[in-house]
Amino acid sequence: MQSSEERTSPQTKSIMRFLRPTLNALGVPLLAVLTAMIVGGLIIAFAGGDPFMAYIGLFQGALGSPRALSETAVWASPYIFAGLAVALAFRGGLFNIGAEGQLAFGAVMAALIGYALPGWLHIDLPAFIHIPLAVGFGALAGALWAAIPGALKAYTGGHEVINTIMMNYIALNLTSFLLNGPMRDPNPLNVIARTPGIAESARIPPIFSGFRVHWGFILALLVALAVWWLLWKTTLGFEIRTVGANPDAAKYAGIDTKRTIVLTMALSGLLAGLAGTIEVTALNYRHELGFSIGYGFDAIAIALLGKTHPLGVVLAALLFAAMRNGGTRMQFLTQIPVDIISVIQALILLFVAADAIIRYIYRIRAREERVVLTRGWGG
Amino acid sequence: MDWRRFGFIAFIITILFSVVVLIGKAEISPVVIVTSMLATTIAVATPLTLGALCGVYCERAGVVNIGIEGMMLAAAFFGWLTAIYMNTVFGLAPMPSLLGGVAAAILTGGLLGLFHAVLSVTFKVDQIIGGTVINILAVGITGFLNRQLFFEKGSIFGGNVPHAPGVLPRIQIPLLADIPVVGRIFDQQPITFAAILLVIITHFVLFYTRWGLRTRSVGEHPRAADTVGIDVYFMRYANVIIGGMLAGLGGAYFTLESVPSFEPLMTNGRGFIALAAMIFGNWTPFGAWAAALVFGAAQALQINLQFFRESIPPQWAFLQISYVVGLAPYLLTMIILTGIIGKNIPPAADGQPYEK
Amino acid sequence: MTANIVLKAKGITRQFPGVLANDRVDFDLREGEIHALLGENGAGKTTLMNILYGLYRADSGEVYRGGQRVAFHSPKDAIKRGIGMVHQHFMLVPVFTVSENIMLGAETTRRGTLDRKAVAAHVRELSHQYGLDVDPLTVVGDLPVGIQQRVEIVKALYRNAEILILDEPTAVLTPQEAEDLFRIMRELTQRGVSIIFITHKLKEVLTVADRITVMRAGKVVGTVQPQETNEAKLAAMMVGREVILKVAKGEASPGENILQVKDLQVDDRRGLEAVRGVSFHVRTGEVLGIAGVQGNGQTELVEALTGLRPIHAGKVLMNSHEVTGKPPRPIIETGMAHIPEDRQRHGLVLSYPVADNLMLCTYYLPPFGVRGVIQPRAVDVNARKLVENFDIRTPSPYVPTSKLSGGNQQKVIVARELSRPIKLLIANQPTRGLDVGSIEYIHKEIIIMRDRGVAVLLVSAELDEIMALSDRIAVMYRGQIVATVAAAEVTRELLGLWMAGATPDKV
Repeated sequence: MQSSEERTSPQTKSIMRFLRPTLNALGVPLLAVLTAMIVGGLIIAFAGGDPFMAYIGLFQGALGSPRALSETAVWASPYIFAGLAVALAFRGGLFNIGAEGQLAFGAVMAALIGYALPGWLHIDLPAFIHIPLAVGFGALAGALWAAIPGALKAYTGGHEVINTIMMNYIALNLTSFLLNGPMRDPNPLNVIARTPGIAESARIPPIFSGFRVHWGFILALLVALAVWWLLWKTTLGFEIRTVGANPDAAKYAGIDTKRTIVLTMALSGLLAGLAGTIEVTALNYRHELGFSIGYGFDAIAIALLGKTHPLGVVLAALLFAAMRNGGTRMQFLTQIPVDIISVIQALILLFVAADAIIRYIYRIRAREERVVLTRGWGG
Repeated sequence: MDWRRFGFIAFIITILFSVVVLIGKAEISPVVIVTSMLATTIAVATPLTLGALCGVYCERAGVVNIGIEGMMLAAAFFGWLTAIYMNTVFGLAPMPSLLGGVAAAILTGGLLGLFHAVLSVTFKVDQIIGGTVINILAVGITGFLNRQLFFEKGSIFGGNVPHAPGVLPRIQIPLLADIPVVGRIFDQQPITFAAILLVIITHFVLFYTRWGLRTRSVGEHPRAADTVGIDVYFMRYANVIIGGMLAGLGGAYFTLESVPSFEPLMTNGRGFIALAAMIFGNWTPFGAWAAALVFGAAQALQINLQFFRESIPPQWAFLQISYVVGLAPYLLTMIILTGIIGKNIPPAADGQPYEK
Repeated sequence: MTANIVLKAKGITRQFPGVLANDRVDFDLREGEIHALLGENGAGKTTLMNILYGLYRADSGEVYRGGQRVAFHSPKDAIKRGIGMVHQHFMLVPVFTVSENIMLGAETTRRGTLDRKAVAAHVRELSHQYGLDVDPLTVVGDLPVGIQQRVEIVKALYRNAEILILDEPTAVLTPQEAEDLFRIMRELTQRGVSIIFITHKLKEVLTVADRITVMRAGKVVGTVQPQETNEAKLAAMMVGREVILKVAKGEASPGENILQVKDLQVDDRRGLEAVRGVSFHVRTGEVLGIAGVQGNGQTELVEALTGLRPIHAGKVLMNSHEVTGKPPRPIIETGMAHIPEDRQRHGLVLSYPVADNLMLCTYYLPPFGVRGVIQPRAVDVNARKLVENFDIRTPSPYVPTSKLSGGNQQKVIVARELSRPIKLLIANQPTRGLDVGSIEYIHKEIIIMRDRGVAVLLVSAELDEIMALSDRIAVMYRGQIVATVAAAEVTRELLGLWMAGATPDKV
């Protein structure tokens, strides 16, 4: 992630300057994925399964057919948003473990606007108003949920790692309360904690009929581009990255570090909120308790695998989506529980975070300096 | 640990207890209620206490450990698995099986501690990321093995969970446990007693022994320790492994002492709350224990309210929504971290890898 | 001089990434002597000592202790062989007591517990024996640095050190405290202790050393007796060329007041009063030097003036606008430039390319930031111009700033701060840790700014620097300004006394 700091000069050599760090940056993550797959295969074998069958199933399920591709894109959409959320926070020197809660809270709000707003207003909303409202409120809810630990960090020094985790549990309890109580689907046939379906006018349509892949996926790609532009082309992005790289120097340079911290967390939460919102408005058309369990941790792995760069995040999100999606097919073919995917993903995270291990195994020399991602309790 | 903190802790616990006393006094005498609350508090604070002690060892040596949650979860699973294995596959009696389970849990914690030390001390991985890796890995591995071993067709236990060998038996402290009513407090299970004992031992080790002096020096100023010939890496490794073993014992509480079963994600954030307890205890064993008791009291309140569900007066009705009470520990943690109740001062080199 | 050679290094070579820190270095120490090791920052003195103390391993070369070849794998081995080291940055745990610090690594225990009583008694005995007054039960963090240094020496003696390595021991001391240290050093040598005294201060070696070895760029230049040399000769050996020890500057022509400070009170990080009612002013076209030993409130004073630290009471006027308690940006916008004390912590984002650091304070203003968007072309033009004008040695303006040498990093800050229109320059320890070339360059730049009518507030713990650059000098002691005088009317000795707390009327 160091490499991207070496911003290219506007001269003609810029293409090479852009490519070389990208290639350098890709090496370790690719090897990390490979190593994690090998270790995962050993675990499968140890548990009595056939790793080759498992990986064939995984591949087929992920990429083997148009439908598989569509489903992978469906999985990738929330992953891209959530991964960007964590990556943006990392760039600002903050570790947002709370994407999970921000996502859930965003989803609840999007669902509420989606099913209840027409009733409150007593009119049928056109889609071009209703969809942005639902998505917008969901995103804002996520932003608010993250801004709280952000403000606590900036103004009291309460560490965001623990506070975002606490906010996860609070979101979990709160959604569980809402979906079992005030927001529960009143349909007499319903036995689970979920909201009513959202109005037709709040639903984001699929791109191709017959496939579930929806415009939310395209939105995710556009947002990734926007995050990249924000971070490296704007003064706000400069502020966020400066506070992240050296808060003391940021303060010295006249940047309002407290405001920047709150803003960074809010933006991060906004992205996480979008992840939940898209799931509600473009896929499930309602919010259901527990659909998002684990997204927050996956998002951390995706952000780190993507080297906290928006482009890397998109690639990492596609990989994770492919694995999650293919996992079902794998379980069907080999009876290996889909949970092995979590293990492999954790291993990927391990090897990416501890790139020294990968460098040690494959004898790669360190080209870049270590970048401080988080600081101890003091910072 | 200052008196302001202890005062705050006593204040919160008093309030939590008073709520139950107020609600339940029509049916049961306040002494009984307070005793029962205290007994429950001490018991449910056990994993928090042990988790916090894990944090004390790690962070006093300069290694931040947010992987306590994962260490406890993994230990809970492997301890439980070992006990079942010994009991059903090897046909051992429940008691030795349970003790074997506890040993396996401690071992699991120790191994994860070793793993964390390798990451943070040798490979100098960002310690908070390292801890997150442990948390995610623990969720994945326990989820995977739980399903693979117990619920899949053709798995070892043929698709159903075998009968567990129960939980660790209660121990009554002689004389003290015989006191009428109040004696209930001294009638607890072994890990609970062990946790309290370990608080005292940790305090002694940290502040009165050579090991403790060296541990603290490595967490405060590792280079100073290095210049007088103390092996910084060894001290960090050893303390993180010790911490991991304590977290492992804390994990055993969940499946071998509290309930005889394993659920995925059953630690439910207790590892993180333990961390908050350690911070609020200002990295001291007794402080951490006191803070753990506050969280224990909040949980005990939730448990005890179930008993008085019927007799809760209407003005207290909002407490019936267990979600509200359930939020207390998390909110409390966030308040504590703001430092408005006394500034939290971590060891000076906490979280910094040492480069020779 | 036929005394035994107690420690000898032969052909020591040590390579660090990009630097040959020690290049076939020979060095020896005789029994009971004070052998000064003189050299610039980065000459390789500390590396050599860390090798002799077992903290680093040499790539090649041999070390002999009392004629016997030794290989130290860790400080433990060196300690066992009677070598003690007092590091430049003290190796003391601030939250431990004096006894705890002294016994650490060599603890006395009784039935498994620390025997604090026995250690305290031993410490009292040692401090009595060598005239090193320390109280074993105080917490080290509460002690002044001069006393902390004694604790370090007692720590070495507690381990029966016969050889003492003192790394830049006077950097944190007042001239009087330094005199006291020299007295202790002589006393120690009389009791058979041999001392290696590392420094870059020429005056000190001439007063205290028995022999002087000079290092430059990782190599030994030569060993001389103090009687047969002088400051100019030593400086030439150190730097490798003739050094002008004086900064060329003309008479100052001060104008109106730019910075006015009235009864300023500032707390330090721990909430203790660090600046206690300070008043002064700086005028256009003059340099006001603030002299004082480190830790007498200078850091807090500068942080308060630049908006980095809250002000407890008092007033700060910049250009006759009140800026008391304002955050940094509005203060910067009144025309304040700041060369911070800790350049890597405050002055630079080390992971950023040089070009970004060169616009760190003005990124939001045209031409760099236009409607919230950064203009890469303007950043590039600015960077290339400043790299050229300020002679910043870098392969390109787009390498991470961390790759630059300390001197060039400081030049990046100086270039950035001095290249915008400013009325006041606050320079805090602007040359600390730099090589002579960079020091000369920065001194010259400061005087150029003064002559252009900028008001300069110079804070430095180096008395020589203060004397060379200032037109007026204020002395800070325990958070107060004890004296303000014209630079021409004061002597080094007098300043030294004031820095140690003597008030002018008592002199």
